[in-house]
Amino acid sequence: MNSVLQMTVNGRPRADVVADNMLLVDYLREVCGLTGTKIGCDGGECGACTILADGGARLSCLTLAHSCAGQVIETVEGQATRGELSAVQSSFHEKLGSQCGYCTPGMIMTSESLLRTNTNPTEDEIREALGGNICRCTGYIKIIESVQAAAEIINASREAAE
Amino acid sequence: MTDELQHPRDSVTPNDPQPDPSPDPERKVRSVGERLPLIDGPDKVTGRAKYAGDLAQDALVGRILHGRYSHAEIVSIDTTEAAALPGVVCVLTGEDTTQPYGILPIAMLEYPLANGRVRYRGEPVAAVAAIDAATAAKAISLIKVEYNELPAYYTAEEARAPDAVQLHESRAGNQERDVHFELGDTEAEFANSDLVVEESYQCAEVNQVHMEPNAAVAEFDPIRQHLTIWPSTQVPFYGHLIFARCLGLEKGQVRVIKPFVGGGFGARTETLHHEVICAHLAKATGSTVRLTTSREETFITHRGRPETQVNLKMGMNKDGKLTGLASEVVQRGGGYPSYGIVTILYAGTLMYGIYDIPAVKYDGYRILTNTPPCGAFRGHGTVNVRFAIENLMDRMSEELGLDPFEVRRKNLLVTPTYTANDIMVNSYGLPECLDWVQKESNWDERIKNLAPNKGLGMACAHYVSGAAKPVHWTGEPHAVVNLKLDFDGAITALTGAADIGQGSSTMVVQCVAETLNLDASQIKLMANDSDHTPKDNGSYSSRVTYMVGNAALDAARSMRQILAEAAATLLDAKSEDIEFDGTLFRVAGSQDPGIEYMDVVVEALKDEGTITAKGTFSTPVSAQGGRKFRGSAVGPTMGFSYSAEVVEITVDPDTSQVTVDNIWIAHDLGFALNPLSCEGQIQGSAWMGMGQALSEETRYHNGLLISGNMLDYRVPTMVESPPMDIKMVESIDPNGPYGAKEAGEGSLPSFIPALANAVRMATGVRMTETPITPDRLHEARARYEREQANNVAAE
Repeated sequence: MNSVLQMTVNGRPRADVVADNMLLVDYLREVCGLTGTKIGCDGGECGACTILADGGARLSCLTLAHSCAGQVIETVEGQATRGELSAVQSSFHEKLGSQCGYCTPGMIMTSESLLRTNTNPTEDEIREALGGNICRCTGYIKIIESVQAAAEIINASREAAE
Repeated sequence: MTDELQHPRDSVTPNDPQPDPSPDPERKVRSVGERLPLIDGPDKVTGRAKYAGDLAQDALVGRILHGRYSHAEIVSIDTTEAAALPGVVCVLTGEDTTQPYGILPIAMLEYPLANGRVRYRGEPVAAVAAIDAATAAKAISLIKVEYNELPAYYTAEEARAPDAVQLHESRAGNQERDVHFELGDTEAEFANSDLVVEESYQCAEVNQVHMEPNAAVAEFDPIRQHLTIWPSTQVPFYGHLIFARCLGLEKGQVRVIKPFVGGGFGARTETLHHEVICAHLAKATGSTVRLTTSREETFITHRGRPETQVNLKMGMNKDGKLTGLASEVVQRGGGYPSYGIVTILYAGTLMYGIYDIPAVKYDGYRILTNTPPCGAFRGHGTVNVRFAIENLMDRMSEELGLDPFEVRRKNLLVTPTYTANDIMVNSYGLPECLDWVQKESNWDERIKNLAPNKGLGMACAHYVSGAAKPVHWTGEPHAVVNLKLDFDGAITALTGAADIGQGSSTMVVQCVAETLNLDASQIKLMANDSDHTPKDNGSYSSRVTYMVGNAALDAARSMRQILAEAAATLLDAKSEDIEFDGTLFRVAGSQDPGIEYMDVVVEALKDEGTITAKGTFSTPVSAQGGRKFRGSAVGPTMGFSYSAEVVEITVDPDTSQVTVDNIWIAHDLGFALNPLSCEGQIQGSAWMGMGQALSEETRYHNGLLISGNMLDYRVPTMVESPPMDIKMVESIDPNGPYGAKEAGEGSLPSFIPALANAVRMATGVRMTETPITPDRLHEARARYEREQANNVAAE
C-alpha cells in the first residue's frame, strides 16, 4: 500500500506518496535523493544511517518512513548553513575524524544529537554516545578528538553570544 | 627518476640528507610536513561525497543469487519463471559469463557466475536486473537450481587428504601453491644454538569489514558498444583489464571511474564478482545497472586474511642473538586463488628484512578449500607469521632470562644492507622505535610495579612500501602523474592513484605544491577516470605514497623547470638562477621587484598553449631483490617501514576478558608527509590489529557463514578502544618522496604479538591462538593452572 507521507526534511516540508513498508533510509536516499545517509549493514549493526528525528538520533534503517509522519528529520546534508559547515562537520574535517568517510554522516549526526543536549561531554560520555557507530579506519581516537573540538567551538560561540 | 635512485651498495647511509628538493623550514609556503586536512574532507562531512551505491538511483537494480552448497555441480538452472516476472529485464547464469578472471594472470580460475560448479557456500550462480529492488528480490527467489553435491572441505587438513576430491582440475592435491626456500643452513645453526624451541600457532580467519558494502554502477551504450563503470575498488586499472576480458570488449571500449570508496583494507585490491556481474548485466540490458550487496554478501565475497597455521622453530644464543628461523605455514585459502600465491610468498619473504638472522628456512602451503576465497588484507602475508615470531622471541627471551628489548637490539640489522635475498634496506628506524616505546611507556618501572591481572607486552614488525615488481610485466613505469597548466593559472594533478580514505589524493597535492612552492589550495586534483587520468596499478602493498608520490615529485620538477624558463625569458636570466618565493619569481639574490606568477604562466603558454608536464617512477632492477628461489619476486621493496609497540592490558580474573589500557607505538615512516593523516593511519592499523587479537573471526557451520554481520563478527566499538601514544620516527629514506615510506600497515602486525606477550605477563598463559577471546583464554588459563598444580604435586 502507498500513502501520502508528510514530514519536514532538512527544513523543507515534504509530501510524498510512499509505500507503507518503506524504510526511512530508503525514503531519504531514493525519494528525497539524500544519499549522504549511508547503509553499512543489514540492520542496526553499524550506525552509518543515523539521522535526527525531532532532534533525537535514530537508526533510519530500522525505522519505517511512515512512523516519522509529521516529524522534523535532519540528515547530514542539512547540517551546513549558508555554505558554512556546522561545528561538528568542520571539526570532523579539520581533526581527521573522517578517513574513508562512509561512517561519517552517522558519526556526525550522533555527535550532533549528543552535543545538543550536553555541550561538555566527558570522554566516557562521548564513547558511550557513539558506541553504536562503527568506524573501520580511525581507531576512533580522531573521532573523539573531533567531537571534543566541536564542543569547544559550540561553547566558544555561545560565550561570544552572551 | 631512475638515475637518481640510491642503493646501499653506493654507500648511502640512512641518515644522509634527502636529495633535492628537501622540505625547507624557512619557506613561506609549506605543504609537506603540515597537518593538512584531507582535500576531499568537505565532501565527506557534508554528504556530498558519492560512493558507488549513491549513484544512479533511477538505474535498474541488479541482484545476485548465491549457491546453497559448499561444493556441488550445477545440474541445471531454470530461469523461466524469473525472466517472465513483470519488471525483470534480464536474468544471467554461468552460461552467459563464460570468461574466467582472477587478479593474478597465472591464477584466473574464477567466473563471474559459477561455471557448472560451486566451490563455496554463497558463490554467485545467477543474477538479475529489474526495475526495482523488490522485483529483483522476487525474481531471485523464482530461479530454480538443481545441484549434485560433492564432498566439501572446511579445513586445509581435510582438503589436503590424499583421497580428497580436487576443487580445480589444474590444482593437484588442492594446493594453490607450495613455496620452499632456505637461505643459509638452518639445521647447522640450530645444532650450534644455546636454545632451540619449536611451537605451533593458529590464527583464525578475519575479514576487512570495510564500512561500505560492495557496490558498483555500470552503464552500457549498445550503439557505441561502450562500458562505463563506477566500482567500489582499490584497483580501477586491474578492473579495466578484467571488464574488457570478461565482456569481450577492447580495453578502449571501457571507461572506469572510481567514485568515493568506503575503505578496502585489501579486500578491494582485486576485481570482485559484483563488479563483473554488474558490467555483464549492463551489457545484457543495454542500460545502466546499480548493484549493491548486503553486509552478509560482502562478508561472503570475503578476501580476508586466511585461517593460518604457523609451525616455527627458532634458535637463540644465551646473549639473545638469533641463529636460525624455520617456518612452516599452511593457509586455508578458500575456493579460488585470489591473491593466494602472493600471500603465501609474503608469509615467507617477510621473515627477513627486520632482524639479522643468519639462516632462514621456509615451507609454505596455500590450500584450496570450500570456504569463501581469502585475499589480501592489511599487512598482507606477514601478520600471522609475525605474531608467531614475536611471540616465540618473547618466550625464548624469558627462558634465557633476557630483556625482550635487549633481544631485539641484539638482532638489529646493520644498515644500509641487502637482506638474505638481496632486498635492499636503506632507512632503518627500528632502533629509535624501540628506544621510544621503551622510554615513553616507562617500561622498566611499569613492569616492576604491575598490579595483579595487569600485563605489559612488546613486539616489532615491518612492512613494504610498495611491491618492487609489478603484477603485469609491461615495461611501463610503476607510476605516472601528469600536471596540466592552463590559461587560468590552475595546476591540475591527474593521477590514477585510488584514494580509498587513506588520503592519497591529498598526498599527491602536497608533493606537487611543495615542489612548486605553491600553497596546496592552488593545486587541483583529478583522480581515477581512465578516460583522463594516467594508468595506475592501484592502492595496495602500501605502494602509493612511495611510487605515486615520487612520480608527482618528478612531474612537479618538470613543471617547475618550465615556469623557471618562462621567468628567465622575462627576466633575461638563466633558468637555474630563478627562484620563486610562492608569490614572485626573481633572479636569486637580486633586488628585482619580481614577476607575478600569472605573468610567468602567460609567458610559458606563449606558442605552447596548455602545458602538460609528466612525471614517472620506476623501481630499478637493482632494487627488485634476488632470484634465489622460485617466487622471490614477492617481498622486494624500495623501503620497509618499521614499528615497535608496547601494549598494557588488564585481564578480568573471572571472565578472562582482556581490556587494552594503553598502547605506545613508534612507526618509522621515513618522513611524515602529512602528520595528521599518518597518525590516522597508524592509529587505524594498530586498532585493526586489536580487533584480530581480541575478538574478530569468521565462523562457519558446514561452510555456512554464521558470523556474517557486525554483531557476530565482533569489530571493536568506541567503548573498548584504547588511547594511543604515537611517535612517527623519521628515518628519511633516501629514495622515498621527501624521505617518506609506508605508514598504513606496519603497525598492525606488531600489535597482535605485543598483546599476546602482555597476556603472558598478566596470566602466566602464553597464547598461541588468535583471537584471544574470553573463552579461549579461560580454557587456556584453566589448563595452565592444572599444569602448575601438577608440577607442584610432582615436586
